[in-house]
Amino acid sequence: MHHTRKEVTLWSIALAVVLVYCLIPVVWIISLSLKKPEDIADQKFLPSSISLENYEQVFSEGAFTAALRNSIGIALLATIISIVLAAMAAYAITRLEFTGKALILSGALAIAMFPPISIVGSLFDMWRRIGLFDTWLGLIIPYMTFTLPLAIYTLSAFFREIPWDLDKAAQVDRATPWQAFTKVMVPLAAPGVFTAAILVFIFAWNDFLFAIVLTSTDASRTVPAALAFFTGGSQFTDPTGAIAAAAVVVTIPIIIMVLVFQRRIVAGLTAGAVKG
Amino acid sequence: MAVESAGAVAASETKGKKKAPLSGRAREERRLGWLLCAPAVFAMLLVTGYPIVYAIVLSLQRYDLRFPDDREFVGLGNYITVLTSSTWWTDFFNTILITVISVSIELVLGMLIALVMHRAIFGRGPVRAAILIPYGIITVVSAFTWRYAFDAGPGFVLAWFNIDTPPLTTRSGSFFVIILAEVWKTTPFIALLLLAGLALVPEELQRAAKVDGANAFQRFFKITLPLIMPSVLVALLFRTLDAFRVFDSVFVMTRGANETETVSILGYNTLINRVNIGLGSAISVLIFICVILIAMAFVKGLGTSASPAGGGKR
Repeated sequence: MHHTRKEVTLWSIALAVVLVYCLIPVVWIISLSLKKPEDIADQKFLPSSISLENYEQVFSEGAFTAALRNSIGIALLATIISIVLAAMAAYAITRLEFTGKALILSGALAIAMFPPISIVGSLFDMWRRIGLFDTWLGLIIPYMTFTLPLAIYTLSAFFREIPWDLDKAAQVDRATPWQAFTKVMVPLAAPGVFTAAILVFIFAWNDFLFAIVLTSTDASRTVPAALAFFTGGSQFTDPTGAIAAAAVVVTIPIIIMVLVFQRRIVAGLTAGAVKG
Repeated sequence: MAVESAGAVAASETKGKKKAPLSGRAREERRLGWLLCAPAVFAMLLVTGYPIVYAIVLSLQRYDLRFPDDREFVGLGNYITVLTSSTWWTDFFNTILITVISVSIELVLGMLIALVMHRAIFGRGPVRAAILIPYGIITVVSAFTWRYAFDAGPGFVLAWFNIDTPPLTTRSGSFFVIILAEVWKTTPFIALLLLAGLALVPEELQRAAKVDGANAFQRFFKITLPLIMPSVLVALLFRTLDAFRVFDSVFVMTRGANETETVSILGYNTLINRVNIGLGSAISVLIFICVILIAMAFVKGLGTSASPAGGGKR
């Protein structure tokens, strides 16, 4: 297609505006994290001299490394559990005939809209009583409220795109529905499963409310909760630089994932909502 | 369409099979279907159904962890206390304010970004990657980033625009920064949903209208918008419910100070800081009811807008 010079100019401007919109806050937090502690309050957008002091401070404190470990562990386990359960359900919903599957899908959608604040109080009360308060499992369980519906939706949308014929061919070859599932559909579904896993992981990684209500120590406090309660090395240290450094550390993995898997993530995000 | 066709697709898939005697194969299939769905369904019911029922039970009790022996059934007492307090209504108003303003801005901005990306000449990849960054960033991180941009100490924005009063010390200023952070973080999600909707609009319709002399605005409002209405409504539904639960940004920015408390913050403070489980649970249940009402209103809207032309499903 041929484009006029005017079209190219307009598009370039639009492109620049969108890029600036998305990236300014990211540049700002990176810049803040690289400032010397005495320069933090200089109100400049870029650091006058670059230092890694904030990063040294944040990693020298046990609280952040513990939170990082908890966040990775909890988000990964929540992702694996919900993807396994959701993959089975999504396969059944898209490939098998049985009554009640419309109910399951609309139920999952209803649960996806569930406000977490509505259950944190009862979870807080129950968890303290049965010993799940401030444990990994105590967070992984409530994470199922949003990871499972999200996974079921995204996976159902992806599974619907998989060619039917291969499934039928497998059945003609006398494969049982279970064999058709493990031998034919699983390899075909892997890319979709992987995409759903990335989305679910981002959601679990992002949670704040459950994390501040249901944890209290380094044993299970995740990064978002730890950030909000960061106080700096001593009560006289301003935590701004340390929080900025910690914020950058937890944002980098997301940026890498986004850059590497952008096509998939967009497909996954919109598949659930538009093709439903 | 998430709401509509989820049911519709499943229904049509079920209709295909004859009701009459189930063959051995069909029976096996049905059993496997239920077997595969059971763990997920059971888990979802357990993690949401049980706690919400328990929250309703707790909301009917006087139950304050500071006075655990005082626990007793008080009927709707907690609800009356909440609904007659001015705090609840102020917070409810604050929440609606944040929801309406941020979702409106997000919709307009998201539509613009979607149109820009749809008409991409080059560089579609970089834009898509950039737009996913706000989406993927932890909400708490985004909130801190914007807070520091406007805070008295580090805030470069104050220096750039010569602002004397730090915004986060006033009510309107706090709302401005909270809404800005919300808009920045969630507009990309709306833009991507709308972009997917735009991809379904047939190019020939646009060309035909152009030939008939319709200008860009007419083409957008008369052709594009009606066709992508289902996408718009789904994006609106997701974002409205999400915005109504707003918690993370407000917690990081003000913790509800300067009269910026939202219903979720009120619920959190009552449950966790004041450890008044009974009263806090009543607030939780009220928020739950609000969310159901908003969702029902949208689903009704979706039902009427899902005309054959705009059915969403390709």
